[in-house]
Amino acid sequence: MVVEVRLFATLREGRFNKKIMSLPDSSSLGDLLKDLKIPEKGLGVLLANGRSVSPEYTLAPHDVVSIFPSLGGG
Amino acid sequence: MAGYRGSILRINLTTRQIKQENLDLALAKKFIGGRGLATNLLTQEVGPSVDPYSPQNKILFATGPLTGSRAPASGRHMVVTKSPLSGTVASSNSGGFWGTELKRAGFDLIIVQGKSEKPCYILIKDSTIEIRDAEKYWGKLISETTDLLIEETGDPKSRVLTIGPAGEKLSLLACVMNDKYRAAGRSGVGAVMGSKNLKAIVVRGTGKLEPAKPQAAEAVLKRVRNKIRQNDVTAKGLPTYGTAVLVNIINESGVYPTCNFQRSYFETADKVSGEALAEKYLVKNVACYGCPIACGRHSKIDGVEGEGPEYETLWAYSADCGVDDLAAVIKANNWCNEYGLDTISSGATIACAMELYEKGLIKPEEIDGPPLKFGSSEAIVEWTRKMGAAEGFGAKLARGSYRLAEEYGVPELSMSVKKLELPAYDPRGIQGHGLAYATSNRGGCHVRGYMISPEILGLPEKLDPLSLEGKAVWVKAFQDLTAVIDSLGLCLFTSFALGADDYKDMFNAIVGEDWTTETLLEAGERIWNLERMFNLEAGIKPEEDRLPPRLLEEPIQDGPSKGHVHRLAELLPQYYNERGWSDKGIPTDSKLAGLGIS
Repeated sequence: MVVEVRLFATLREGRFNKKIMSLPDSSSLGDLLKDLKIPEKGLGVLLANGRSVSPEYTLAPHDVVSIFPSLGGG
Repeated sequence: MAGYRGSILRINLTTRQIKQENLDLALAKKFIGGRGLATNLLTQEVGPSVDPYSPQNKILFATGPLTGSRAPASGRHMVVTKSPLSGTVASSNSGGFWGTELKRAGFDLIIVQGKSEKPCYILIKDSTIEIRDAEKYWGKLISETTDLLIEETGDPKSRVLTIGPAGEKLSLLACVMNDKYRAAGRSGVGAVMGSKNLKAIVVRGTGKLEPAKPQAAEAVLKRVRNKIRQNDVTAKGLPTYGTAVLVNIINESGVYPTCNFQRSYFETADKVSGEALAEKYLVKNVACYGCPIACGRHSKIDGVEGEGPEYETLWAYSADCGVDDLAAVIKANNWCNEYGLDTISSGATIACAMELYEKGLIKPEEIDGPPLKFGSSEAIVEWTRKMGAAEGFGAKLARGSYRLAEEYGVPELSMSVKKLELPAYDPRGIQGHGLAYATSNRGGCHVRGYMISPEILGLPEKLDPLSLEGKAVWVKAFQDLTAVIDSLGLCLFTSFALGADDYKDMFNAIVGEDWTTETLLEAGERIWNLERMFNLEAGIKPEEDRLPPRLLEEPIQDGPSKGHVHRLAELLPQYYNERGWSDKGIPTDSKLAGLGIS
């Protein structure tokens, strides 16, 4: 299956901003994080189609996944 | 008398009388200081029914007991008065170094009353105070005024707080700037200074601020500094990208108001994000007094150099106006800094004008500048300048979006609460944050109960932004804690890393008290109820605890939060109940008596 992966802030360093990725069916968000060598420590908000999810979330075809480091502001 | 300096500086601009008075320490502690103490003094001395522009209105510049201490991010002061924009109590917070300098000069706060016959400024050099002529500075922009005042007073270490032309011309969106780029931004506080013909307050102080319990202070300050250094938000996110780091996360969550809240997702937000700012225009980070976070941005483009833009500014001038041109946003932000305009309300008012223009309500022949079209870089820059200068149609915009939309018969198109423009989060997808907007004591404001922390960022724990469950409890807790932090003289951003116990320990060590966390939070609740009573007595009815109809009736059309409206009618009764108020939203006699407010 393919999913769209969007990375933000410091997670872009050495990786990419946005990419369509092919993953085995039933992959979890945690699997994707491992593929991308993104440690779970220091992670902030994880979104699938704009809704908050955990690393255990099972990805569905054509999901849009947004991955942020821990951050704040306002 | 540690923490407090024990002295109030009172200046009557009508009689030119300058008085130094003793601070009532018991009263100061009851309301902590800063925001709380100044609101109490405003209520007692002036009363909520005062005309904001009359000489009888007073404007207070107040520090907290921790301002200027060795506590992290303690360079905050408040500007408190009655707001000419909203008619509510105005209490605008600013950072930088000015508040610390005032404290070093020996004062906890300044109360300015009356009205000067001619433009003037106040010069404070420790205990030597003068009212000086400022006619030659009237009309000048913020940076030039600041430089000239430092030159005239002959001490490069002086700190300058000043208004720009917007405040002089009584723009309802005028802020009070200090240290060139820091703003007490909201509620039109700059116009109150302007109405008194007070251009600036220059301060130089050389006193030392020592904590009451040095050993305890050392231990607690070491602990809290470590927490800030080890927290991902305060140690990485904010220093690297500034507040603008939020652009993408709020947009990806589908709650990034676009084109005057007609939509909630901005397709090209990444072009105008903290990441883009850091990559293209960032010169260096900037820190306020004693701040280990350093979230300030010094940016440069085409000869325009200055601080910002912050997240809220980026939103107001980009997504809300449909503009994805970062260079134009930086230029508009610069005009706000120079003329002394609130960036949130200014950008949001232009966005409102764009909707009125595109709906045919504002006619092309009425305006003397670029077409007010969503997406126009030229419009955001030029109309900001014209607002600051109160030039032509810009003078109409300078009164804010509510009065503009009302003039065209559509006040509902002003995205404001209590006439103060809403900031950069669409409450339809963040229910608790919408409740905080509706009940904020100064109107449409995000820093009176920042529910984005739990509802979007998951701090201190993740809440479902669409759920109503427990939100009234959270909003009350955040509002009370924020009143504490503001009144202590600390930056709200410390709360990403610190909890209520940390603030209690810092207060006790620096002031020399032995308060419990409950005592401190009760003081926060007291301040919140005091502000509520001020507003009620000023004629701001509980019916104004509301959101613009668009946010209650029109579901979000696209993006991740599609289909949602704000469910305020369900949340408000829960909130009033949680506050211990009547079901009409009035603090009960027993609640006020319990808090010691008569």
